[in-house]
Amino acid sequence: MSTTTKEVHIGDIGAQAASHLDGDKMALNVGPSHPTTHGVLRLLMELDGDLITNCQPVLGYLHRGDEKIAENMTYNQFVPYTDRLDYLAPLANNVAYAITVEKLTDIQLPERCEAIRVLICEMARISSHLLGMGVFGMDAGAWTPFMYTFTEREKLYTLFEELTGARFTTSFTRIGGVARDLPEGWLSKVEKFVDELPRAIDEVEKLLTRNRIFLDRTEGIGTISKDDAIAFGITGPNLRASGVDLDLRKDKPYSGYEKYEFDVPIGTKGDCYDRYLVRIEEVRQSILIIKQVIASMPGGLWYAEDARKIFAPPKEKIMTSMEELIQNFMIVTEGPQVPAGEVYFEAENPKGALGFYLVSKGGGVPYRLKIRAPSFCNLSILEKLVPGHMLSDITVILGSLDFVMGECDR
Amino acid sequence: MIDEDFVKSLLAGHDCIKVVHQDDCLTISCEPEYLPKICLHLRDEETFDLLVDLTAIDHGVEAEIRFSVVLHLYSLIHKSYLRIHANCLDNDCPLVPSVSSVFPAANWHERETFDMFGIKFSEHPNLKRILMWDDYPYFPLRKEFPLAGVEVPLPAADVSEVTGADVDPAPMMGGPFVSPGTGRMSNAEPRAKDESWSEDAEKPL
Repeated sequence: MSTTTKEVHIGDIGAQAASHLDGDKMALNVGPSHPTTHGVLRLLMELDGDLITNCQPVLGYLHRGDEKIAENMTYNQFVPYTDRLDYLAPLANNVAYAITVEKLTDIQLPERCEAIRVLICEMARISSHLLGMGVFGMDAGAWTPFMYTFTEREKLYTLFEELTGARFTTSFTRIGGVARDLPEGWLSKVEKFVDELPRAIDEVEKLLTRNRIFLDRTEGIGTISKDDAIAFGITGPNLRASGVDLDLRKDKPYSGYEKYEFDVPIGTKGDCYDRYLVRIEEVRQSILIIKQVIASMPGGLWYAEDARKIFAPPKEKIMTSMEELIQNFMIVTEGPQVPAGEVYFEAENPKGALGFYLVSKGGGVPYRLKIRAPSFCNLSILEKLVPGHMLSDITVILGSLDFVMGECDR
Repeated sequence: MIDEDFVKSLLAGHDCIKVVHQDDCLTISCEPEYLPKICLHLRDEETFDLLVDLTAIDHGVEAEIRFSVVLHLYSLIHKSYLRIHANCLDNDCPLVPSVSSVFPAANWHERETFDMFGIKFSEHPNLKRILMWDDYPYFPLRKEFPLAGVEVPLPAADVSEVTGADVDPAPMMGGPFVSPGTGRMSNAEPRAKDESWSEDAEKPL
C-alpha cells in the first residue's frame, strides 16, 4: 500500500484561519448558573480572540430582600436570615449581627459567652477557607486538594451539628448571648480536630503551593494593587493579599479578640497566588486562636443575666416562675427591647468585613438594617480587574476572590 | 486619634459640617451638595480613604426630610470609623451628587441605593439598577412598599406573552409575628406585620 505524505506547517494553518476572521469582537455570557461563578453571578464579556476586553458583572439573581424583611420582624427573628448571608460561615454572621444589636444596648456579656463566640468565629473561618482553597484549586485544575479540604470541613460540620443542632443553618446566637452552653466533652473534640488539621493543611500545601501548574496559572494573574484594593473597598484576605495591614480583629478588637495572640498574614503582590497563601496562613493562625480559647475557656454563664428585657430566661424558670414566664412572653412577642439610636459594626468575617448598620427607634424591631456584604464590595473591582486577562484566567480570578452570592445579593 | 482637636480642626475648615453625635463613631452631617468636597478632604487630608458603606434611610412618607444618605468611612491610620449624614432636600425626587469619582467603591453602593430607594446620584457613570431587574417599576426599601411585594410583569417579556405569568406578591401568611407593643391588650397581640396590605390597595409610586 503506498502512502503519500504532505508537509504542513502549523503557521500556514493559522494564517489561513486568520484570513477568514474579520476582526470582530465576540460577546460571551458566563452564568448566572455556571460552575465557575460559585453561585449565580453573571458576567457579560467582550472578547478579542482569547483576550477579555470588557467585563460587566450582573447581580441580583439571589436577591431576597433581607433588609426589607429585617424591618418587619424582631431582632431575634432575624438571626436565621443571617445564616443565609455568607452560608459558608453562618456562625460568624450570627455573631456579627448579635454584636451589632448589643452595641445599642448597655449589656455586659460574660467572658464565657465572648470566648464561645471567638471560638465559633474561628471555626467558621477555617471551614470557609477550607472550602475556598479547595474549590480554588479545583478552578485551577487540581481536583485532589479539594478532597482533603472537604474531608476536614466535614469533620467541622459534625462539630457544628453537635453544638447547634444544624450543620449549615446554625442560628446559634441570640441578642445578649448564645442559644445554649457548650455540650459536654465538645471542647476536647474540637481540640482533637485542630490538633489533626495541620497535617491536612500540609498535604494541601504539598499538592498546591510549589506546584508548577498551579503557580503558572495563579502567579501574576488578577493582580490588585494596594491603592486599587482600598479604593474599591475590598476587605478581608483579598485586601491583606494586596499588602494592606487591616484586620479588624487586631485593629478594632471585638468579643475579646485582644486577649489572644495571633499574626496577620500580609501578601506582597496581590495576585491570585498571594490570596491563596494568605488564606492558608489564616487557617494556621485560626488554629492557634482556637487552642488559646480552649486553654483559657472561662466558666460561668453563656448569656447576659441582667439583660431582662433582651435575653429570654432559662426554660426551667419559664415553666415554674410567673415573672420569668411574662419576661419570656414579652421577648418572644415584642422582641428584645433595644433603645433608639444608630450603630455601625463590622466584624472580620472569612470573606471580609461584614458590616451591619442598624437604625433603631426603640422597641423590638429595627427601623432600618443595612447589611454591608464583603462579597458585594469585593466583586465591584471585577469591571476593572478582568479586562486584559485571557478567558481561561476568569476561573482562577473568581476562585481566588472567594465570594458568596448569598451575601452579595442579600 | 479622633478626639476633640480633630473634630475642632475639621469643623474650622468647613462651615457646612455639623456634628450630630459621637455615640459609636464621629457622626457629621452636611448638605448633599458639599458631599464630594468633604469626601475628597477626608480622603486626602484626614486619611479616611476606605469607603466601607454607603446607604440611605427612609424616614417615612410623612417625614419632613424623607431620605438621608449615610456614608461610613474608615481610616487605616486612626483605626476609626466616621459617619456622614446627608439629608436629601427634595422628598419627591431626591438627588445627591455622586462620590464615585472620589471613592470608586461608591459606584455599586450608589447603584444599590438608587435601586432600593430611588435616590438619584448626579454624575454617576452608570446609574442603573443592580439587584432588581432594569425595568422594575418600584423602589422596594421605601417605607410605603409592602413587604409582600407588588404584582409586576415578568422581566422576560417573551415568556409572559406566551404564559401570561406575572411576578406575584408573596403575602406572609401568618408570619413573622410581631406585637405592635402599644394600645389595648387585645390589639397588642402578635400579628403579621404586613396584614393590612392587599392587592386591592393603592399601589406605591
